[in-house]
Amino acid sequence: MSAGQGLSEAKKGLLLAAPPGLYAILLLAVPLGAVLLLSFWSQDFLTLDRTFTLKNYREAFSEPLYMLLLGRSLLISGAVTLVTVLLAFPIAYFVSFHVRPERKSLWIFLITIPFWTSYLIRVFLWKVILGYNGVLNTALLGVGFIDEPLTFILYNANAVVITLAHAFAPFAILPIFVALEKIDRSLLEASRDLGEGTVRTFTRVTLPLAMPGVVAAILIVFIPTIGDYVTPDLVGGPNGLMIANMIQTQFLKLNNAPMGAALAVIAMVSVSVISLLIVLVTMRWSRRGA
Amino acid sequence: MKPLITLSGLHKSFGDVEVLKGIEAEIGEGEFFSLLGPSGCGKTTLLRIIAGFETPTSGVLSIDGRDMSTVPANKRPTNMVFQSYAVFPHLSVAQNVGFGLRRSELSKVEKAKKIEEALGMVGLAGLGGRAAHALSGGQRQRVALARALILEPKVLLLDEPLSALDKKLREQMQSELRRLQRQVGITFILVTHDQEEALIMSDRIAVMFDGQIAQLAPPQELYRRPVSRRVGDFIGVMNFLPAEARLEEGRDIAVEIAGLGRTVLEQEQCPAGFVNGRGAVGVRPESLSVLFDGEQARGEVAEGEVAEVIYYGDMTYYEIALPGAPERLTVSMKNRAGRPVLERGAAARLEWDASSLIYFPS
Repeated sequence: MSAGQGLSEAKKGLLLAAPPGLYAILLLAVPLGAVLLLSFWSQDFLTLDRTFTLKNYREAFSEPLYMLLLGRSLLISGAVTLVTVLLAFPIAYFVSFHVRPERKSLWIFLITIPFWTSYLIRVFLWKVILGYNGVLNTALLGVGFIDEPLTFILYNANAVVITLAHAFAPFAILPIFVALEKIDRSLLEASRDLGEGTVRTFTRVTLPLAMPGVVAAILIVFIPTIGDYVTPDLVGGPNGLMIANMIQTQFLKLNNAPMGAALAVIAMVSVSVISLLIVLVTMRWSRRGA
Repeated sequence: MKPLITLSGLHKSFGDVEVLKGIEAEIGEGEFFSLLGPSGCGKTTLLRIIAGFETPTSGVLSIDGRDMSTVPANKRPTNMVFQSYAVFPHLSVAQNVGFGLRRSELSKVEKAKKIEEALGMVGLAGLGGRAAHALSGGQRQRVALARALILEPKVLLLDEPLSALDKKLREQMQSELRRLQRQVGITFILVTHDQEEALIMSDRIAVMFDGQIAQLAPPQELYRRPVSRRVGDFIGVMNFLPAEARLEEGRDIAVEIAGLGRTVLEQEQCPAGFVNGRGAVGVRPESLSVLFDGEQARGEVAEGEVAEVIYYGDMTYYEIALPGAPERLTVSMKNRAGRPVLERGAAARLEWDASSLIYFPS
C-alpha cells in the first residue's frame, strides 16, 4: 500500500519536474553541448569535418586579433559593470533610505520606464544623442562650452560603455535596492549606539549587508554585456567591436561555425572564471568583519 | 540616591501627534528603573530620546550633569539592548561583542580577553567563534547585552528585551538581568509593558499613560498605593466598587460602599487626594477571602454567591456576586491542603478588611 503510494508520489514528482527539466535540457543543456561539440570539429569549406581537433583553440590563442577582441570585451564589460553599479548604488540607497515607504513602489516603477521601449530603439536614441550633429554636441555648441563637436563620444568604446550602462541600470538598481530594503534598520541604530558615526556605520554595517545585492548586480550586468554584439555594432565603430561581433562574423559571414563555437566557449569560460572570482572575493570581504 | 539622569519638561511630537507631554523625572546612579505602560504610551520614545535616536521637541535631558541636546547617539554614555536585539548577522559572536571596541586603545590580545570576559558574564563563554545568525533568540539577547556592557556605559537602556522569549526563558533572564545589574552597578532603564516584569526587577517604576508619567514609585508603593484607578487597574488586578465618601471630624473618612456597606478609612488610603462626594473603592483580590465552613471571620463579612470559579492549581480565583454591587469581585485563594474548592452557584461569605481598601475620588 505504502509502496504503491510512494510510486505514485514519485510519478507525481516526475510529472511536476518534467516541464522545467525538459526546458532546461532542450534550451540550456543541448545548445551548450552543441556549441562545445562544434568547437572541437573543423570546417572544410562547405562540409563539417567531424574528427576531434584542438585546431580552433590553437588558432584562437595564437591569433592576436581574437585575444585583442576578448581582452577589449572584458575591459568594456568591466567598465560598464563598474559604471553601472557605482551609479546604481546611490540611486538604490536613496530610494530605500530616503523615499517615504508608500512612495517606494512608484519610484521603482519609474526606474523601469526605459524598459518600455525596445532595446534597439534605445541604442539608436543614444546615436542621436551622442552623434556628430547630435543632441549633446548641438547643446554644448549652443551654450558655447565647446568650439567644435566632440568626436570621442560616438563610434568607439566610450559610446558602448555609455549605452550599455544606461541599458543595464535598472538591472543593477533592483537587486541592490532589495538587499538594502532587507537590512533591519535597528542594526544601523545599534552601530550608532556602539559609537560609530554615519561613514563607519555605512562601511561596517550597511555595505557588508548590501553586498549580496551588489554581487548580484555585478553579475547581472557583467555576464550579458560581454556577449552583447548589437550595441558595439551600432555605436562602437571599428575600435568598439567586441568578441561577440567576431563570433557572429565567424558563424554567419565566414561560414566557420567551429571557430565561432571555440571563441564562444573561450568567452564563456573567461566570464565564468571572472564571475566566480568576483563572488569569492566579495564573500571574503563581507565576512572580514570588524 | 545621586541623580544621574534628569528629564525636565520633555515634550515630543510626531507631526500633530503629541507623544510625550512634559516628562519630569530623575533617575539615580546604579538604579534599576522601569518605564511601564501600555503600547502607545510613549515609553519607547522616551527611551529613544535618552539614547539619542530621537530629539525632544522641547525640554532638557541631562546625563551626569551634561546637557545632551547637542550630543549625538554615538557620543552618549548610554548603550542599548534593542527589542529585535539588532545582532549583526554578518559578524561572528565575538565580532558583535567587540563591535564598539574599534576605537579603544587596547591591543588585539586585550580586546580578545575583554570580549571573552563579556561573553562569560552573560553565560556565552567559548561561543565567540559562532556565526551570529546561527544563534537562538535567548543567545542573541545575551550577545546584545554583552555588546552593550563591554563598553562600560553609565546607563544601559533595554527596550522590551524579554518580550520575544518564551515564559521559562523570560523568567530566567529576568533574574539574570537583575543579578547583572547588581554586579556591574550601572543604571539600567527598562521599557516594558509587562507589569509583573517591572515589579520583579525594578527599584523604581514610572507608570506612563498617554505621554505622561502617572506615578513614579518603588514596586511595593505602586502596588499598594496606586494614585489613580487607572494605575491600580494596570498594575495587577484590582476590584472597584462605587462608593460615596465624606470627611468625618478628625482625619477619618466615612465611606458608603456598594455591596460592602459603611466603613471608615484613613487619610493615607486616599493616595489620589480626597474630595467629598462620589468615587470608587479599590481592593486587591488577595486582600479579600472566601470563608469556608466553620472558619471564623476576623474582619468584616459580606454575603454573596460564587458566580465563577477559575482553578489555577496553586490558586483558585472566585468571582463573587454581592447584592448591591454592580460588578463581581475577584477573590484569590491559595489552595492549601484540605481546603475545598467552592462550586459555581454556592453561597459565599466574603471577608474583607477596611485597611486594605483604597479610595479614588472620581
